[in-house]
Amino acid sequence: MGGWAIAVHGGAGVDPNLPNERQEEAKRLLNRCLDIGISALRSNLSAIDVVELVVRELETDPLFNSGRGSALTEKGTVEMEASIMDGPKRRCGAVSGLTTVKNPISLARLVMDKTPHSYLGFAGAEEFARNQGVELVDNEYFITEDNVGMLKLAKEANSILFDYRIPTLTTCGGSAAMENQLQMNGLPISLYAPETVGCVVVDKQGHCAAATSTGGLMNKMTGRIGDSPLIGSGTYACDLVAVSCTGEGEAIIRSTLAREVAAVMEYKGLNLHEAVDYVIKTRLDEGKAGLIAVSKNGEVACGFNTTGMFRGCATEDGFMEVGVW
Amino acid sequence: MGWAIALHGGAGDIPHSLPPDRRLPREAGLRHCLDVGIAALKAHKHPLDVAELVVRELENYPHFNAGKGSVLTSSGTVEMEASIMDGKSKKCGAVSGLSTVVNAVSLARLVMEKTPHIYLGFHGAEAFAREQGVETADPSYFITPENIERLKQAQDANRVQIDYTQPVQKEAKDAAATIPNGDSQIGTVGCVAVDSEGNLASATSTGGLVNKMAGRIGDSPIIGAGTYANHLCAVSATGKGEAMIRGTVARDVAAVMEFKGLSLKEAAAYVIDQVPPGNAGLVAVSSTGEIATVFNTTGMFRACASEDGYSEVAIWDSPLK
Repeated sequence: MGGWAIAVHGGAGVDPNLPNERQEEAKRLLNRCLDIGISALRSNLSAIDVVELVVRELETDPLFNSGRGSALTEKGTVEMEASIMDGPKRRCGAVSGLTTVKNPISLARLVMDKTPHSYLGFAGAEEFARNQGVELVDNEYFITEDNVGMLKLAKEANSILFDYRIPTLTTCGGSAAMENQLQMNGLPISLYAPETVGCVVVDKQGHCAAATSTGGLMNKMTGRIGDSPLIGSGTYACDLVAVSCTGEGEAIIRSTLAREVAAVMEYKGLNLHEAVDYVIKTRLDEGKAGLIAVSKNGEVACGFNTTGMFRGCATEDGFMEVGVW
Repeated sequence: MGWAIALHGGAGDIPHSLPPDRRLPREAGLRHCLDVGIAALKAHKHPLDVAELVVRELENYPHFNAGKGSVLTSSGTVEMEASIMDGKSKKCGAVSGLSTVVNAVSLARLVMEKTPHIYLGFHGAEAFAREQGVETADPSYFITPENIERLKQAQDANRVQIDYTQPVQKEAKDAAATIPNGDSQIGTVGCVAVDSEGNLASATSTGGLVNKMAGRIGDSPIIGAGTYANHLCAVSATGKGEAMIRGTVARDVAAVMEFKGLSLKEAAAYVIDQVPPGNAGLVAVSSTGEIATVFNTTGMFRACASEDGYSEVAIWDSPLK
């Protein structure tokens, strides 16, 4: 094969009852992001530049859970995190606990390029952002009406879940949330905001890069860090492959999911599709997650054991696909 | 088979000329912590409890870079982080950016056991600590004169360094000239343990890098980088955080055992070999009671023991006794 390839995602774990209109909206955004990435690849931008560019677009659009449109903490605020990794030399950068940085993924890139460190969090990260002169906004900028409503429902659901923690038999007259048994991260699927956006790219030189960004889990404790900024869990890239994951943060961290794909390729000699399949099927235990990946050979793959994952992918030979289920 | 335990107090460019007043307290600390761990294993405590217990001791010891005795950020403050992982369940907990919590490793364990999350940082972690009523102290409690001096050296040399660079004395300026890039010392503490049933656990704790930027997070709280445990082995790493993160060092030891069929010792050596020299060390135990301690730095403060009576306290290649 060979040639460039790109994949994007807007999170794994989709409400099966998601209205068509929302599905179409998501697909339009994914298509737009793919177009941006493809255009950049055709202009010979390197993989690391393309993933940053695409994730910036995803962060800026309020539809998915990153940047503007991020899920809210238990206090109703936004705390964002992101990571980026460049396959050649495995350089990486990550940030957590951002409250005013308009594009977290770009700050993660600056950590990688402009500091001797790999990961900055919270006040220190915000200070670095100020020193770097990146675009800053009030925390309110990131908060959408949709998510304010979701937070309220999530708080109610958490108390309902606690009170009605009786497994199996549905009771008649149960609330709408309870009738749907599907859950992710302890929330009914209808209230679960898929947790992340991400992009993986292999450019014409065969260099791979990955980037992931998120507002995190709805109703999370302040200070909670998920898998997205953790190299090896939410994001990973090396000479062979680039991976971005999404889903239940705990499951992804415990299984070091992104690294797992690369490890089985590296140590067991699996190809990209075999690796993604193997990891999703056997390495998640009861966890629910999804991922996108590209290989240095220009292949692209995605896998998920959730109900749906917002995703899109394209390769240089003209293949292009956007999907939800 | 039987139980086994290994602990470390950091790998780095520990000079053979380390003066007795720097060396002896650390050796004593390692011996003491090893004894604590052995006693706990003999009392049939679960390896998770053992790892936490031993790391608490190491944190309390001011001569290692964790808890009291943590190195300082560029602002002269302390920001501590830690993680802990249970092999069988792969449950884990981590914390970063702590400034008042006396035992970061115990807070990491509480995150694992008392929250739906894995990792809490900074103000959120401190707030959680207060809710949980863990022991806290004024930030000044953690700061030692040696570390104030280390920070000054690093700022003079305008370099981020890992802490055991050279003895903190008048030879500091000469010492600086002999350090290749000033980045090759590390401090961190950690412990791995296995019992006779193959239960494994790992815990790691640190103050990080001397003169680090405020908010800098290293490998120690990152599952897969500084800490990892599964059904095969438990690993705690120490080194230049940035290198351990990109190398997913702790995770890779287990991955190489599983996917390449290497033994614990072979896997540990393989993984450390991939990290640029002078940057990494680790301790590990396997489900069958083997021990590995490997480093590509000049030395690594370490101690280990197993049920068959073997025990070792060492800094460089040859064990002290």
